[in-house]
Amino acid sequence: MTDVLALADDALVAAQRLAWWCSRAHDLEEDIALANIALDQLGAARLLLTYAGELEGAGRDEDALAYLRGPDEFRNCLLVELPDEDFAWAITRLLFLSAHQWLRYGELAAGPDPRLAEIAARAVKESAYHLDHARLWTKRLGDGTPESRRRMTAAVAGLWPFTLELVENRAAWLEIVDGALADATLERPADPADPPTGGRAGRHTPHLAALLEEMQSLHRAHPGVTW
Amino acid sequence: MAQKEPLLHLIAGSAECCNTFGVTGITATRSFDALIAADQRIEPRDEMPDAYRAGLVRQIAQHAHSEIIGMQPEGAWISRAPSLRRKAILLAKVQDEAGHGLYLYAAAETLGVSRDELEGLLLTGRQKYSSIFNYPTLTWADIGVIGWLVDGAAIVNQVPLCRCSYGPYARAMIRICKEESFHQRQGYELLHTLAHGSPAQREMAQDAVDRWWYPSLAMFGPPDGESTHSAQSMKWGVKRFSNDELRQRFVDMCVPQAEVLGLTLPDPDLRWSEERGHHDFTPPDFDELMRVVKGDGPCNAQRMAHRRAAHDNGSWVREAAAAHAAK
Ligand SMILES: [Fe+2]
Ligand SMILES: [Fe+2]
Repeated sequence: MTDVLALADDALVAAQRLAWWCSRAHDLEEDIALANIALDQLGAARLLLTYAGELEGAGRDEDALAYLRGPDEFRNCLLVELPDEDFAWAITRLLFLSAHQWLRYGELAAGPDPRLAEIAARAVKESAYHLDHARLWTKRLGDGTPESRRRMTAAVAGLWPFTLELVENRAAWLEIVDGALADATLERPADPADPPTGGRAGRHTPHLAALLEEMQSLHRAHPGVTW
Repeated sequence: MAQKEPLLHLIAGSAECCNTFGVTGITATRSFDALIAADQRIEPRDEMPDAYRAGLVRQIAQHAHSEIIGMQPEGAWISRAPSLRRKAILLAKVQDEAGHGLYLYAAAETLGVSRDELEGLLLTGRQKYSSIFNYPTLTWADIGVIGWLVDGAAIVNQVPLCRCSYGPYARAMIRICKEESFHQRQGYELLHTLAHGSPAQREMAQDAVDRWWYPSLAMFGPPDGESTHSAQSMKWGVKRFSNDELRQRFVDMCVPQAEVLGLTLPDPDLRWSEERGHHDFTPPDFDELMRVVKGDGPCNAQRMAHRRAAHDNGSWVREAAAAHAAK
């Protein structure tokens, strides 16, 4: 269940961050594209949470898991909970996350758990599109104007330490990300000696508590009702 | 460029008063008149009077701006939607509105203005958007009521535009109306759930209906007697029904729906008239409408600030995309 929750919470928190961009992107096409990606993440999160609830066997459905757990019960990586400083952060995070998700879903789609394989088979196709979108913008911004390059460099440097928490498939992940960065004429930062971790064990930054407080506020204000 | 400025000048104005044309008396070409007389579609390459073109650009652009600004009041609740299913529905809806904005800007572009120019007119306040979006969304029930009443009023206003004389606009409206009726059903279903839920949910639903009823009635624009420019628009087959006819149609549609919801429309004088075959009702406060149109609504400044911030914060991204494309 822990593994399923990690995937589910990554997708749910990412959806919450991505949805914020709808009406705030630099043009209508990007409002639509980021909302699309948020909807994919939300859709995967719902299937995974439902499955996690069934595995747990305590009668918790997707909403009980999304709205009634505290931050220390969330298993998402720290990368997804950080706020976006600007569009460069949103794109860099999407690049790092979707490369990870694409690899994980790809593995699970061929894995022994048929239920998870079914969810992953659908999600891996969506991740491929998310990764394409992130690559395209990484290239445009990295190899765009001096300002966009400066912002991308800052985003890559700012988010890089948090990628060390994504321990599965690190070599394959680096291959994808190195390719995208090189294509954008950006450099891969050095790994920090003591990278931030703890998300998978429920130790989060204060940003997650703030995100959940907003997300859960209305649901929690009316216990037990139907929406 | 010399021709652009007068066009841009002609197309500025308010959204409620804009499904009409402000200019009359321009000599039309014969083929245009013949097409209109035969109730046929005008296409981008057909000749058309300047005033027809300018009036359409203004109406379509202001419709597009309304879709874009309309993303904000509902978008404010995506992060707090009380179930994941509702979150997905709401996010998809707000995304649809962005799509509507795109279709409409594309339809306006067939008339010889660019999207950049039109967005500029919105950002500088020279063109307006529907005043309904200058009211705040105070509770989750507002999301249901906006779907039911605001999308509902939009449908009543827009279904006749699917037969509008300008082809690209009519085709955009067919696509948009399909999605709007989907939004309306979803909003109604949300509201039905609240109205049949806990006492607090029910109270939230009634309060939202109380606040949105009259602003929704105002979406049809000023009363016919005060709507001075409708005649030309009717003659040219853009507008098919008067503001008051559409408002009446909307009221007649909402009354039985409110009964099923078990909610009260906040009008003590609302009753069926055997004689007219319609419901009598209290009209909205048109002075308030005009104040909100002129910028004095509860959220005008906030909506424009949000739009300008998105535009300004995105300028480095647009510049980067352009620079990269040029490499
Ligand atoms: Fe719309
Ligand atoms: Fe809509």
